[in-house]
Order: sequence, then C-alpha cells, then structure tokens
Amino acid sequence: MTVPDFGRRDPDERGYFGEYGGRFVPETLVAPVEELEQAYRQAREDPAFSADLEALLRHYVGRPTPVYEATRLRAALEAEAGPEGVARIFLKREDLAHTGAHKINNALGQALLAVRMGKRRVVAETGAGQHGVATATACALLGLDCEVYMGADDMRRQALNVYRMRLLGATVSQVDAGSRTLKDAINEAMRDWVTNVQDTYYLLGSVLGPHPYPLMVREFQSVIGREARTQMDELVGRMPDAVVACVGGGSNALGIFDGFVDDANVALIGVEAGGEALVAGRHAARFATGVAGVLQGTRSYLLQDLDGNIEPTHSVSAGLDYAAVGPEHAWLRDLGRARYASASDDEALAAFRLLARTEGILPALESAHAVSHACRVARELGRDRILVVNLSGRGDKDVDAIRARETVEG
Amino acid sequence: MSRLERTFETLRRRGRPGLVTFTTAGDPDLERSAAILRALDRAGADVLEVGVPFSDPLADGPVIQRASERALRAGATLARVLDLVAAVRPDISAGIVLFSYANPIVRMGTTPFVERAASAGVDGVLVLDLPIEEADRFRDRTIEAGIDPIFLLSPTTTDARIRRAAELGRGFLYGISRLGVTGARDAIATGAEALVARIRSATDLPIALGFGISRPEHVAEVGRWADAAVVGSALIEVIARAAPDRVLDDVERYVRWLRGESGATAPSATMPATAGER
Repeated sequence: MTVPDFGRRDPDERGYFGEYGGRFVPETLVAPVEELEQAYRQAREDPAFSADLEALLRHYVGRPTPVYEATRLRAALEAEAGPEGVARIFLKREDLAHTGAHKINNALGQALLAVRMGKRRVVAETGAGQHGVATATACALLGLDCEVYMGADDMRRQALNVYRMRLLGATVSQVDAGSRTLKDAINEAMRDWVTNVQDTYYLLGSVLGPHPYPLMVREFQSVIGREARTQMDELVGRMPDAVVACVGGGSNALGIFDGFVDDANVALIGVEAGGEALVAGRHAARFATGVAGVLQGTRSYLLQDLDGNIEPTHSVSAGLDYAAVGPEHAWLRDLGRARYASASDDEALAAFRLLARTEGILPALESAHAVSHACRVARELGRDRILVVNLSGRGDKDVDAIRARETVEG
Repeated sequence: MSRLERTFETLRRRGRPGLVTFTTAGDPDLERSAAILRALDRAGADVLEVGVPFSDPLADGPVIQRASERALRAGATLARVLDLVAAVRPDISAGIVLFSYANPIVRMGTTPFVERAASAGVDGVLVLDLPIEEADRFRDRTIEAGIDPIFLLSPTTTDARIRRAAELGRGFLYGISRLGVTGARDAIATGAEALVARIRSATDLPIALGFGISRPEHVAEVGRWADAAVVGSALIEVIARAAPDRVLDDVERYVRWLRGESGATAPSATMPATAGER
C-alpha cells in the first residue's frame, strides 16, 4: 500500500482523523468544547505557555526520562531463542516521571490551560488512578480545586492511589453506575462538567472524548516520542525497527508513536488488554472484536453488542479496562500505519515478573502488556534489530492486587 | 403538515400550554411501558417522548439512569422500542418523539433506522449526543422519511447556533432550562425564560421547555413563555413508586394534575418536589 504523508497529523476542522473522532456531545457542552478548542489553539501558539510547560516538565517532572537498554531481559529471552536470536530492547522510562507514569505530562499541560482559562475547579476521571494522581498533583501545584471520579471496582483494585489522591488534597468520588470502571467514571465526570461548566475544567486523561481532547492530549504526550527519537539517535545512531506501547485509551502509545510516525520503516505496535479470553465481557481488545460507533463524544472502535449498547470489559489492569479506543488509533490502524495486538492477563503478569527479576523494574500492569508483546516482537525481529517499549508507568500501585491474586491462586 | 406541527398549532390556537411527557421505553418492562404510553395519551399529554435505553446515558441524572438500567434488564433495545411504538401508535393521538443516544442508531444504521421509525409511526427524533454539526446527513434522512428532527438548545447555546437549529429543526425545538443533567428541581431555573426569549427572537418554531419540571405550577409557569413543558424524571419516579396494580391509575392522575384539570389531585406516589431529578 502507499504510505500516507502524515505531516503534523492534526485532525480536520471538525476534529476528525479520517472517519474517526468528531464532537458528539450534548448541546450544553458544545459551547464549552468550542471555548476549550480556542483556548488550546491560542496556548499552543504562545511561546510563553510552552516555556512554562517545558520548565515544569524539566524541573518538576524530571524530564527527559531516560531510555534504558534491557540487556538482562534480552539475555533471558535469548536463552530460549533459536538461531535468529532476539532484538535489542530499549525501555522509555516514563515510570521514572514524577508521580510514576506518563499521565503527568498531560495533566500539567491541561492544568496550565485551566489556569489560563480562568477556571478554578478541575474534574477528572481515573481508571488505574494514575491520571487521577497526576491531576491531583497538578492541581495541588497550581492551587486548583480537584475532584476525581473513579469506579467503585477500580477504587478497590487501586486503593493505594485513592489514598494518594486524598493526600494531595483531591476529593475522590466513587461511581457505582454501570460496570463501575473507567467508562462509568468518564460518564460521571462529564455529568459534573455539564452541570458546573461555568467554573469547571474537565481534565480528560487520554486521547478520547470530543475534539479537541484527542489532539490536545496527544500533543501534551508527544514529548515522549520527541525525546525517545533523540535518545535513540544518541544511543544507537539510528531509528528503532519497532515501537511498542500498551493501549487503553491510547495516550502513552500516541505520545511515543508521534516521534516516529513519519518514519515508514518504524513499525508502530499497540497492545490491548486480552483479558481472560477474547470473548465478550472478558477482555478489552477493541480492535480484536470491536465495531465502529459513538461513545463519550467521539467516533471510534467500540466493544458493543448488536443493539449498540456498550459491552462490559475485563482486564487485570484497570487502566486498559475500557470499551473504546482513541480515534487516532482507529485511523492509524485503518491506514495500516500502526498495528494492534493483545496480551492476556496471564501474559502481562508473567512479563511483570520477568522484568522485575531480570531488570529490577516493577512495571505498571498496563505497561506489562507492552513488555509482554515486546518480548514476542523481539523474538520475531531477531538479532541486530532494535525495539523501543514505552514503559508508561511503574507498578507499585499494582503490588497489592498481584499479591492478592497470588494468595487466591496459591 | 406533520402531526407535531398540527399539535402545536392547535395548542397555540386554543391558547393553552402543552404537556410533553418523557418515559423510558421498556421501564419497567415493554408490556407495561406500552400501557403507560396509552395512559399518558388518555390523560391528555400532547407529545410523548419515548426514551431509548442506553448503557451509558451520560446526559441523564440518576432517575433516568436507573430507568435505563431497568429497561435494559427487561430486554428493551432500539429495535424493540420501534416495535413498541408500532404497536401503540394506532391507539394514540399524541405525537411520538423518539429520544436516543447516537450509538444505538449508528449501530442499526441511519437508513434502516429512519425506515423502521417511519413505518412504526414515529413523528420526531431527538438524538442527545448528535449536535447540529454532526447531524447533517441524519437530519436530511429523517426529513426525507417524513420524521421531524428535533434539536435541543441549552443556556450555553449561542444565538448563531439557535438560528442554525431553527433552520434545520422541524416540529418544535427543545429548550433545556438549565445546565446539567436531567432531573426534577424545586423551582424552574431563572435563566429559562431568557433562553425562551432568545429562541423566540430567532424563530416561530414552537418551543418545549424541559429539565426540572415536576408540578402543575411549574407547567403553568413555563406555559406563560414556552409552548409546552416537558416532564420526565418526576413521571418516571411516579411509575417507579406506584404499587404494581396502581401504575396506570397513578400515571393518569399525575398527568391530569400536571395539566391542572379541575378536581385532579396528585397521586399518593408522587414524590415531593425535592431536588431529585427531565
């Protein structure tokens, strides 16, 4: 196929990436999202805004995050590999960013925007709690009121992050509706926004929702890809053969993909949550069994039934446990520019343990999905090839859940 | 002239404010839902909004969320809601407006949807998360099928968009009295009258005003500036609280009470006008 020219890859005026995206919001939110788009576009062109954000990313977040070559992980894979060997694996260490995940990049960017727009109150949703923690952190830093909506099931799975958010001064509100996970937290955050729109900023945590969120969140996360590109050039003097990242909504993946999307020779690989099995209700691999539809403001691939209701999802990782995927991913996939695979719960847990023992790194369970599939890709690529994995977050938050699972499993 | 246009023309001629009801189709189940629609019509409701239950009703408050959950558990789907409308249509003189989120319609496909809706006797369609910018093709198809596209206007809607909605809409415009999700309130929001005035200055299309209306005095107040008042969450509460053998009686009594019929009293199951929840 012909390789499309990506350029800056902004969506069209109506917020569409190809046939995905758009702005499917209740009437009350039309004016607020238009106001947001205007404010974002002005901020994006304003050198003072960029300078403020860059200073925070450098001195507060600790950017650039390192790229680290996982040689002992590779050696462990080599031990079982055939004569073709295993590719070199580099980890982009977003787990070392302040608050422990890439989410802080976007949270700070949008919180600065909220201040610029004169909003004093921020609402957010969270799944794994990483975006909630990042938002609570940014609000503490900038003196904004913060309320985070979180599904009841996720609050149980990620109890430590709930406590962290409260320590940071945020109000965490439990959501008991629907599947009591990320999707329901987004519904509730949007209900809050639609009610309090005059003084409230909705700080959405992924490349989801109505335009301009998918664009804006990607742009705030694209610092990952820009750094990784420079770092790979410094470390190995060339571009990697593949870039692998986990995809819930897909912000860490688009953040790193963005640095390489113009290089047609770099394979971009997203990894979804395969859960227990690729059967309705037991996974969150939208590209495996999903169909295009409209949810929470945007048109993309959805796990839905024949009547258009959203199916329940499952993943061991709360951050990937979501029925829709960012519209730009759907577009990149249709174009053939990115491809998508899945890793099961068990595969992710095995990768978690492998990385812990070989490299002394506890990855977030979300990121462990990327590590799992990256090991497969490294074997397929063979020796002399190079791949980069976005290690999007650290796994401290998951330790309790993993221990509880081990107790059950004996 | 469409049925909705006739309905509002008659209301204006008689100088009487209309009453629009909202119920979730399939709540508590499809059979009783059909009987409730007939009861609403008997009691004199002018337009029946029929909500299609959806798994993720992000524009709705708790009362309609719970109604959606009950309806989905009872097996209500868009296809079955259209069958329900087809079944009750011959018995009902009120206009029927389908209220839906976009995805069930997207999943069915716009063309099959408008064909089935037209043959079921649906008079109008309002899609909550399909603002005018996303609605162009859908709007044209519904008009071709003889169905009125209804657009929603909010206090945050700009005058330019009100004019656009007035150009594109048919039947009536649905104004929401305040920001936020659906639900009854003690009093009508103070910005509601201003919104109606802004819409009036842009168009002659009839205006139904909803969100937060639960009592006859609310209906009467809204009727002073708008063409009709919409009652939803409070009606759903009446249905949810009624004893199983009293549902239809309570629904009829509630609607007659709202309309200010002489001698009509509130059914015992009417919730007090507290901050609950369209």
